[in-house]
Formats: sequence, structure tokens, C-alpha cells
Amino acid sequence: MSLMDYFRKEQTSTASIAKERLQILVAHDRVNSRGPDYLPKMQQELLAVIRKYIAISDDQVQVNLEQQGTASVLELNVMLPES
Amino acid sequence: MAKIIVITSGKGGVGKTTTSAAFATGLALKGQKTVVIDFDVGLRNLDLVMGCERRVVYDFVNVIHKEANLKQALIKDKRLDNLYILPASQTRDKDALDKDAVEAVLDELAEDFDYIICDSPAGIETGAQMALYFAEEAIIVTNPEVSSVRDSDRILGILQSKSRLAEQGKRVKEHLLLTRYNPTRVAAGEMLSVDDVEEILAVPLLGVIPESQAVLKASNQGVPVIHDDDSDAGQAYDDAVARYLGDERPHRFLEANKKGFLKRVFGG
Repeated sequence: MSLMDYFRKEQTSTASIAKERLQILVAHDRVNSRGPDYLPKMQQELLAVIRKYIAISDDQVQVNLEQQGTASVLELNVMLPES
Repeated sequence: MAKIIVITSGKGGVGKTTTSAAFATGLALKGQKTVVIDFDVGLRNLDLVMGCERRVVYDFVNVIHKEANLKQALIKDKRLDNLYILPASQTRDKDALDKDAVEAVLDELAEDFDYIICDSPAGIETGAQMALYFAEEAIIVTNPEVSSVRDSDRILGILQSKSRLAEQGKRVKEHLLLTRYNPTRVAAGEMLSVDDVEEILAVPLLGVIPESQAVLKASNQGVPVIHDDDSDAGQAYDDAVARYLGDERPHRFLEANKKGFLKRVFGG
């Protein structure tokens, strides 16, 4: 840090922005590519079933597959719109 | 029986071939009989980095097509007696490698060598998949940069699903090698740190190679950078090889050089 730097307004470091973007991206990529092959399709079909009853958008449903020891946990999160 | 190690990254230009040349040379320098194979069919470059481009007569694809035997195609390193190079073909099409034929070549090499280093091409196509299929261990070469880290994560996924060990329900042992690291930029918050990349990829760190002028100088001359033991990159590769073979060595070149007083006050 030089003296001149104290006068330049420093925003959040670009490295921390990169890290945050990567963490989100990698988590997302892993669900799609490392989970079983059926996961993306199942997500679509689950969404279709829920849509039969409730009007929701794609980003209101989250499907996560987590490895916990020897078991896999499938987590389904549906955000219901306020009615 | 030889140990098969793939040097891979997904993204191109991150230092796979530099690393393959340096790592194979490093193993040989430590007494291990080593062969390094260029899997980049059509874009052969390992021979240039190893400085044996004018001695290529037969190549990997010739051996696969039985136009030459392994003895004819293997090039002995000009500095080390226990280091050999199997160059890629320059002209054939990309799908020239098939799994069974590659396996036969690796089996034959395994009888004779301690280590087989597979220099993977970039991408996730046939060539890259062939390079990693038979690997027991993988060195993931990554730059502290978003696209490289993302591609490394993709390759890790492929390693643990499409390799032979994965098909047998086992895991390929992973090592992270961070290259082109610039501690000054990391300190300034302009570059992902070692800790950041380790945290995102969750792969044990084998070594950090600093961004170094020695790497270009070495490839200009066709001398693997690990021979340049005065250089930071050469020493960092030597550390990585020693660490791989079980030595405990602290990671170096992670801190920026301290600036002088005047530089600190006036910048620069």
C-alpha cells in the first residue's frame, strides 16, 4: 500500500469478487455435472408437477444433492408465492 | 509396476506441458525411471519444451498403429539416462487414439518404468479423456483466475466419473498445482490466493509455481525449467516433486517481495 493508495478510493478487492462468483458457480456446476445423470431432468419434471397446482418460476425451486457420509440427501426447496 | 499420473487442467495455456516436462524431469533427477507421453495428438509440443524435437522419428500414433515399436518411438532425454519421451503425432486426426491400444502401450511401458506421466491436451474431448482414463493420480494445473479454476473443477468431476478407477468404484488421487502465481497481485487483492483456490476446489495442494520469466527462457531453449535451479519456478517445481515423493517441504514464493521505503511511500 503506497501513500497514493490512501487517496484512491479502494472498492472491494476484485479477488474477493472472483472468489464469491466462483463459489456460486462451482456449487451450481457440481449439482448439474456430478450428481446422477437424471438430476436435471428430474428437476424439470418436479417443476412441471408443482406447476400443475401452483404458478412458480424456475428460480423458486432448488434441488440439491448432498453427500453425507455413505448416504446422499436430496433436498427440494420450493418457495411458494404469497397468495 | 509403474504409477500413471495425468497432468491435466481443462483450460489451455495454464502450464500443463511446462509442468509435465518439469515434473517428469524432476522425478528422473531423483532417480525414478520416468517416461512422459504427449497425448496432444495434432498439436504436439512436449518435444519442443523437452528440447528433443529434432530427434522425433516415430510417435505415439505410429506405435498404436503398429507402424513402429515402442523402442523405436521412445526418445531418450539428452541429459538424463532414466528419462524418456513419447511424442504425439503431428498430422493425424484427433481420434487416432483408442482405449485398448493406449492401454496396451501403457502396459508395456509399466513393465519398464517407475512413473508414466501423461501430458493431457486442453479441453474435455477424446484426447483429454484418453489421457486421464488410465491415471491413478492426477495433477490439476490451475491458474489463480476464474475460468481456469472453473475448468479445473469440471476436469475433477470427469476424473471421478469417467476414469478407469472411477468405473471400478475407486478414486483417482488428486493433487493441486497452482501455477503463474503472483504474490504481489494477491497481496493487492487483484488475484485469487492459494487459500481461495484450495477452498473452492477442495483438492490437497502439491505446490505453487510463481509467475516467472524463467519459464519462457526455459522453453525458448528446450530445457525443462526444473534444470534452472537458480530460478524461483525451477525451485518451486523441485519442491513439488520432492513433496510428491514424500518429503516435507514448506511452500515458498507465496509472499510478495518487500518493497523499499521509497517505493512504499511513493508507490510503483
